[in-house]
Amino acid sequence: MLEILNVNSLTRLGEGLFITLEISFVSIVITSFGGLLLGILMSLKNSYIYAICRFGLEFVRVMPLLVWLFIVYFGFSRWLGFDLSSVAASIIVFSIWGSLEMMDLVRSSLQSIAKHQYESAAALGLNSLQTYAYIIIPQALRRLTPLSMNLLTRMIKSTTFAYLIGAVELVKVGQQIIEFHNQNDFAPFIIYGLIFMLYFIICYPVSLYARNLEKKWG
Amino acid sequence: MDFHFILTHIPAFVEAAWLTLKLSFWGVIFSLLIGFFCVLMHFFKLKFMGNLCQIYIEFSRNTPLLIQLFFLYYALPKLGLHLENIFPLNLLCLSVDESLRPAFACAIVGLSFLGGAYMAEALRAGFESVKKQQFEAGLSLGFTAFGNLRYVILPQALAVAMSGISANIIFLIKETSVVSIIALPDLVTLMKSLNSLTYKTDELLFMLFMGYLCIILPLSLMLSWLEKRLRYA
Repeated sequence: MLEILNVNSLTRLGEGLFITLEISFVSIVITSFGGLLLGILMSLKNSYIYAICRFGLEFVRVMPLLVWLFIVYFGFSRWLGFDLSSVAASIIVFSIWGSLEMMDLVRSSLQSIAKHQYESAAALGLNSLQTYAYIIIPQALRRLTPLSMNLLTRMIKSTTFAYLIGAVELVKVGQQIIEFHNQNDFAPFIIYGLIFMLYFIICYPVSLYARNLEKKWG
Repeated sequence: MDFHFILTHIPAFVEAAWLTLKLSFWGVIFSLLIGFFCVLMHFFKLKFMGNLCQIYIEFSRNTPLLIQLFFLYYALPKLGLHLENIFPLNLLCLSVDESLRPAFACAIVGLSFLGGAYMAEALRAGFESVKKQQFEAGLSLGFTAFGNLRYVILPQALAVAMSGISANIIFLIKETSVVSIIALPDLVTLMKSLNSLTYKTDELLFMLFMGYLCIILPLSLMLSWLEKRLRYA
C-alpha cells in the first residue's frame, strides 16, 4: 500500500512543492512591497487616489481568482501577443490580487492609529516624514502583521489554482504519480492525503503565529 | 467580438450559472449550520466537542478547497464511501443529472467543510464582541441558557458577525469556480470546453466574466444593504 511513496515519487513531489513555494514566495514578496506602497497612497486623504484604489480593489474582488487566472493566461497571450507561462501568469495574478488586498489592510491599520498620535508627534516637533517613520508605521505594522498573515495563508492556498491553468506544481505532480500507479487502489488516498497534510504543515504554523501575535499585541 | 456567438451560447451559460447558484446555496446553508454548531459548542462550554471543532476549523482553514475536493471525489470512494448515498445529500442530489450526483455531493460537502470553518470564525467574532455583562444580565433575568442565547446574545452577535458572514458568502460563491476539477459543468468548465471546441477565447472570457458578475454583484449589494439594516436594528 505504501510502496507509492518511494524515493522517485517523493523527489518529484518535492519538485512540485518547489514550484508551489516559488509562486507563493515571489507573489508574497511583491505583495508585501506593493501592498505597503499602495496602502500608504490610499490613506493619503486624496479622494481621487482613494477612489481609484477602492475601485481597483472592488474590481479584483468581485471575480473569482480562477477567472482572473484565465483572463491573464488565455487573454494576455492573445491581446498582447506574447506567451505567458502558467507560472508567470499565476505570479502576476496573485501579486496584483495580493497587493490590492494588502493595500486595504494597510489602509485600515493606518487609519486605526489614533489622531492624537499624529498630534503628539507634531507637538514634539517631528516633521511628517519622521512622524511616519518613528511613530505611525511601527504601530501600524503591529496591527497589520496578524491580518497580513491570514492573507499570506490564503495566497499559499490559492497557489493550487495554478494547477488549473496547467502549471506542474504540487497537485499536478501528485496527479501524475496517481496515474502512474493506477493499479493501486489506495494511490489517491495516500497522495491526496499527503498533499493535504503538506499544505496544512505549511499554512498552520503561519496562522498559529498570527493568532499568537494577535493575542500578544491585541 | 462575435456577438452572434455570445447570444447563441447564453442559455448554456445560464444553465451553468444555475449550477453554481445551487452549489453556493447549499454550501452557504450547510456552512452556516456547521459554523453555528461550532460556536454553540463553545457557548455551552462543551470542552471535548469544542476542541474537536477547533481541530476541524484549523484543518479546513489551512488546506485548499481544491485538495479537499480531490480527496473527497477520488480518495473516499476507494474506501467505499459514496457521499451521494448518504442521507441529506441523496435528496439534494435529486436536483441534478444522475451522472453528476457523486461530484455534486462532493462539491457540497467540500464547500460546507471549507465554509463552515470561516463561518464559525465570523460568528465567534460576533459572540466575542458581546460584552460579558450581557451574558450575566440575561441569566440574572431568569433566562435559561438557551433563552439567553436566543433573546439576548444572538441578536447582538449576529449584527456584528453579519459583515463577516456576507464576506464569507461571497467568498464561497467565488470558491465554487474550483468545482470544474471534479467535472461539474459550472461556468469555468463550460468556458474551457467551449474554448477547446471553438477557440473563441475573447468571447468566452467575456461571458465567464459577465456570468460571475451577474451572480456576485447583485448579491454583494444586497448583502451590504442587509448589513446596514442589521447594524441599526
